[in-house]
Amino acid sequence: MIDRGEATDSVRPPAAHSPKKPTKPAAKTGRFTSTNGKKAVMAVTGAIMVLFLIGHVLGNLKVFSGAQSFNDYAEFLRTAGEPAVPRRTVLTLVEIVLVLAVGLHMWSAISLARRAAKARPVKYAAKRKNQAGGYATRTMRWGGVIIVLFLIWHLLDLTFGVANPAGSAGLPYDRMVQGFAPERWWVTLFYAVSLVMVGLHLRHGLWSAVQTLGLASGRTRKGLQLAAAAFSLVLVIGFLAVPFAVMIGVVK
Amino acid sequence: MKYTVGEPIQDTKAPEGPVEDRWDKRRFSAKLVNPANKRKLRVIVIGTGLAGGSAAATLGELGYQVTSFCYQDSPRRAHSIAAQGGINAAKNYRGDGDSIYRLFYDTVKGGDFRSRESNVYRLAQVSVNIIDQAVAQGVPFAREYGGLLDTRSFGGAQVSRTFYARGQTGQQLLLGAYQALERQIAAGTVTMHTRHEMLDLVVSDGRARGVIVRDMVTGEIETHLADAVVLASGGYGNVFFLSTNAKGCNTTAIWRAHRRGAYFGNPCYTQIHPTCIPVSGEYQSKLTLMSESLRNDGRVWVPKLKGDSRPASDIPEDERDYYLERIYPSFGNLVPRDIASRAAKNVCDEGRGVGPGGLGVYLDFADAIRRLGRDAVEKKYGNLFEMYERITGENPYDQPMRIYPAVHYTMGGLWVDYDLQSTIPGLFVIGEANFSDHGANRLGASALMQGLADGYFVLPTTVGDYLAGSGSFGEVAQEDVDEAVDQVRGKIQRLLAVQGDRSADSFHRELGKIMWDYCGMERSEESLRKALELIPALREEFWRRVKVTGTNEELNQALERAGRVADFFELAELMCLDALHRTESCGGHFRAESQTEEGEALRDDENFAYVAAWEWNPDGTPVLHKEELEYEYVKMTQRSYK
Amino acid sequence: MSGMNLTLRVWRQKGPDDEGRMATYKVEDVSPDMSFLEMLDVLNDRLIVAGDEPIAFDHDCREGICGMCGMVINGVAHGEQRATTTCQLHMRHFKDGDTITIEPWRASAFPVVKDLVVDRSAFDRIIQAGGFISVPAGSAPDAHSVPVPKDSADAAFDAATCIGCGACVAACPNGSASLFTAAKITHLGLLPQGQPERDSRAKAMVEQMDAEGFGGCTNTGECTVVCPKGISLDAIARMNRDYLSAK
Ligand SMILES: Cc1cc2nc3c(=O)[nH]c(=O)nc-3n(C[C@H](O)[C@H](O)[C@H](O)COP(=O)(O)OP(=O)(O)OC[C@H]3O[C@@H](n4cnc5c(N)ncnc54)[C@H](O)[C@@H]3O)c2cc1C
Ligand code: HEM
Ligand code: SF4
Ligand code: FES
Repeated sequence: MIDRGEATDSVRPPAAHSPKKPTKPAAKTGRFTSTNGKKAVMAVTGAIMVLFLIGHVLGNLKVFSGAQSFNDYAEFLRTAGEPAVPRRTVLTLVEIVLVLAVGLHMWSAISLARRAAKARPVKYAAKRKNQAGGYATRTMRWGGVIIVLFLIWHLLDLTFGVANPAGSAGLPYDRMVQGFAPERWWVTLFYAVSLVMVGLHLRHGLWSAVQTLGLASGRTRKGLQLAAAAFSLVLVIGFLAVPFAVMIGVVK
Repeated sequence: MKYTVGEPIQDTKAPEGPVEDRWDKRRFSAKLVNPANKRKLRVIVIGTGLAGGSAAATLGELGYQVTSFCYQDSPRRAHSIAAQGGINAAKNYRGDGDSIYRLFYDTVKGGDFRSRESNVYRLAQVSVNIIDQAVAQGVPFAREYGGLLDTRSFGGAQVSRTFYARGQTGQQLLLGAYQALERQIAAGTVTMHTRHEMLDLVVSDGRARGVIVRDMVTGEIETHLADAVVLASGGYGNVFFLSTNAKGCNTTAIWRAHRRGAYFGNPCYTQIHPTCIPVSGEYQSKLTLMSESLRNDGRVWVPKLKGDSRPASDIPEDERDYYLERIYPSFGNLVPRDIASRAAKNVCDEGRGVGPGGLGVYLDFADAIRRLGRDAVEKKYGNLFEMYERITGENPYDQPMRIYPAVHYTMGGLWVDYDLQSTIPGLFVIGEANFSDHGANRLGASALMQGLADGYFVLPTTVGDYLAGSGSFGEVAQEDVDEAVDQVRGKIQRLLAVQGDRSADSFHRELGKIMWDYCGMERSEESLRKALELIPALREEFWRRVKVTGTNEELNQALERAGRVADFFELAELMCLDALHRTESCGGHFRAESQTEEGEALRDDENFAYVAAWEWNPDGTPVLHKEELEYEYVKMTQRSYK
Repeated sequence: MSGMNLTLRVWRQKGPDDEGRMATYKVEDVSPDMSFLEMLDVLNDRLIVAGDEPIAFDHDCREGICGMCGMVINGVAHGEQRATTTCQLHMRHFKDGDTITIEPWRASAFPVVKDLVVDRSAFDRIIQAGGFISVPAGSAPDAHSVPVPKDSADAAFDAATCIGCGACVAACPNGSASLFTAAKITHLGLLPQGQPERDSRAKAMVEQMDAEGFGGCTNTGECTVVCPKGISLDAIARMNRDYLSAK
């Protein structure tokens, strides 16, 4: 009647623990170093990056009004604020904010991921069916890593021009057109994949940020999630429009 | 089983005079402990239900050093959490003519004149403060659109005095008490030991001075000493194995105290609830209560034909027997719990029961659905219907529910005086664990009230009075502690040593069946004598054949259960003896020999208007002490629900 | 009615320091009307008679209200049946021949005590940190002195129905206790009585949650899906708001 089977999968239990002793806080966490605080940091820095992306995509789309317009826009970024402040002041400030945002965002992401790994060291033996989350939710961390890699390459390619056929001396418009030239299809592919990752990241990230900052509620949740998805989609299409246009020769 | 009759007892602590002044007088006469001394005084509280949780929190707040125990992994899980219906209080927020006096009157009458007037009056007085306290703690009682508290009428009361939080009143009240308790734990006034089971009481120099507990994780046997011990360990309905109580509910704490000298009051008074989901098979482990409110709209019936096995829908209207409406035309489906329960048993005994084993009757909502519409019925009872469907797999919108009575509450318990002190000085008993204020029958929504009244308001005063005299308590004698520890260890060793071939659960199930069949809804001289033959035989077999696996030095659920079952065996005998000696019927105790011509319970006030307080006697012949009951305010009358 | 034959793969672990393993049992003749725990009772009874130690698991009320029971069944906390505790799960949701994998809650803040029993005392300590309204017995004003709008009372009640079972933690890929903690912060924070301590409560409870070693929330929503009481993510949003805006 009862078949006492052999031991099967051996799973190590979490490292030594003493169930009875209360684990009182060792060091008090502060407002921004608590899990909730770190999440808030991610939400705010994420939002800053999103604002940047909005500006960025609008700028990119200037490509469609011709080389002159696009180069003027690029130039404007550098001259903004002149003559009150020297050339590139505003741009540099924006860049600093962005670098800080990326840094803080990554720092929070990494420390929360490490904390989560410690909080859930043992996996379930039964293959876990995901009950709620969609693909976007589960790819936040790896997606983030891909985005970072992309970011580095992207900066090297189009901002500094080191990895660009037009070189750092070229005009922005030329860098763009040559960078996405049809024979460099793999660049466009990488660009596209990465942007889809950004889109997925934002699909979850946008509503997640609203939730993290405590601004979501049952009534708004569905709407927020939809809006986040729609926004991400539009953003990704906006970004992809340029390279594809270059590739099929609409923009030369 | 024989017994002897000992000295009558008197509860001398209730002050004389008008009933409404007695609690005030007692509070005034109670000695006070000065705040600096409180910190040096220790109180042990066993149990974290409504009674124990509220008591420990309040004593901690007052400044005593409290040590609290429960067998679950958290104090929040005590069985009080399961109470559904509500809690009574004489707030008269509806202006429908309620008053403290009316609640007092209803409770004495509902208890079939077997409770004390002084206690019940105090309970009604204090009920008002409970609601205030709970609301201040954040208990989310149901409210009306104006923001004020909603109430409903419950359990045959003619006024609407039951406060509720959907179907989870016990949960919300307990969480209030639990949170207050956790607050004291954080403040350091209460030390909490979860997963600890009390296995004996330390009595030294005639006073309760501590407890022996087993750490259920490590098996360690620990001694905790104190200046007073409070038992709030709940009821013992699980002696029937199948009951609506949580699986872990047990008699061990109070039974051990009884064996140490605390008298056991009215052990045979058991409340059987008419609307529970019937047993579905041999493996059944517990019974689930369906709120009594269902009887407001459901009609109870069985087929007229014996052994009619057609599905309910195939039985035509004129072949159905709506027996409650037939026998009790004026109250119909709303007769009190005990009457409805007994009627169900009778029709099933006639072979007209429905469902597996013929142990069930229909509770039919077809008429209600026709009359009110499905939506309205769903609004009112949706969650209950869902629960029913989850358990039975049957949809009560399409086919009638099946219900059957089940053991629900035990009015008996350790005997206490007006101060809630047992016959062992320094041992206080509160909540369902004491023999309580409900007489022979508890009204719906009154147990929560009593538990919280005891814990928040009554006990903190009376314990103080006792502890004010602590200067004269001596040191606890080491040999008294050693003896208790040896007892506990000895019993565990004995259980582990049997190494038989049956699980403790299988014995428990069998004991429960004996109790249900012979000491259940209807008892007779013959059935009780039969039970008193069967129980000792089964107990003897238990000690010969029980199998407990594992060791003491680990988490061992087989050992925990065996220990509890062993105590249930002893209690079961006393229950049957008490039931046998009380040849009258009253409240939840129905003796077949004592009924009116219409088959109603017939009291014998001449001979039985007393509390039966039983003293343990090591030689096996318990001693009966009678506490006569006097009624100055409520006139004794015979109930009638025809 | 002939019953089902099932294969159970159950986590067995002798004590906190034992390594533990999965063991396989065959259980025959299981009635579809049994509850999941009754099925384990039957197995345990047979194990005892065979001289083997029964599988330790926590349970008490068996009515879905005490929050004591809980196991991960086929990878899902409390099993796949929605809004249902393990004790309320019935065998009619399984098929003859099924293999069922049963594991304890997994989270380092919930160490395994034995077999399927885990230590959830971290939850109690989160409540100790501030999950209460400070009101000594006897000092309360009349219950009607502060009316509470019905909406608030109902919403507070919804949050207050949390049974502290820990399924949310077990299901969360980050081992976060956010849903549990947020449920209490929401319950008390929605009521007028809870306002004076609202800020300190949110701060203290969140920080205690961290100190217990729970992970952070990434809004995956796994918790609310397995929660037997359907506590919603709104609670977490409210906790975040109260925490971030706490003085
Ligand atoms: C299903 C159901 C519904 C109910 N509905 C209502 C209702 O609507 N209204 C109403 O007024 N009443 C109701 N009742 C009755 C009421 O719930 C109980 O009578 C009451 O809650 C008992 O409270 P208590 O504090 O005395 O004990 P419990 O809540 O049972 O607590 C007992 C405590 O003692 C501890 N304990 C027990 N034994 C030991 C031991 N040996 N060692 C250490 N600790 C121990 C337990 O851990 C627990 O903490 C209902 C009861 C049931 C079963
Ligand atoms: C640098 C690489 C990046 C990494 C490693 C990263 C990682 C993460 C992670 C792990 C989360 C938490 C996921 C969750 O809540 O479930 C997150 C959230 C978020 N990310 Fe990123 N991300 C990166 C870049 C970006 C960029 C470029 C943007 C914006 C354009 C962005 C916007 C957001 C937003 C808005 C959130 C939501 C914050 C919240 O949940 O409160 N991230 N990110
Ligand atoms: S929030 Fe839900 S899953 Fe979490 S402890 Fe409470 S009831 Fe259980
Ligand atoms: S045993 Fe109480 S909730 Fe399952």
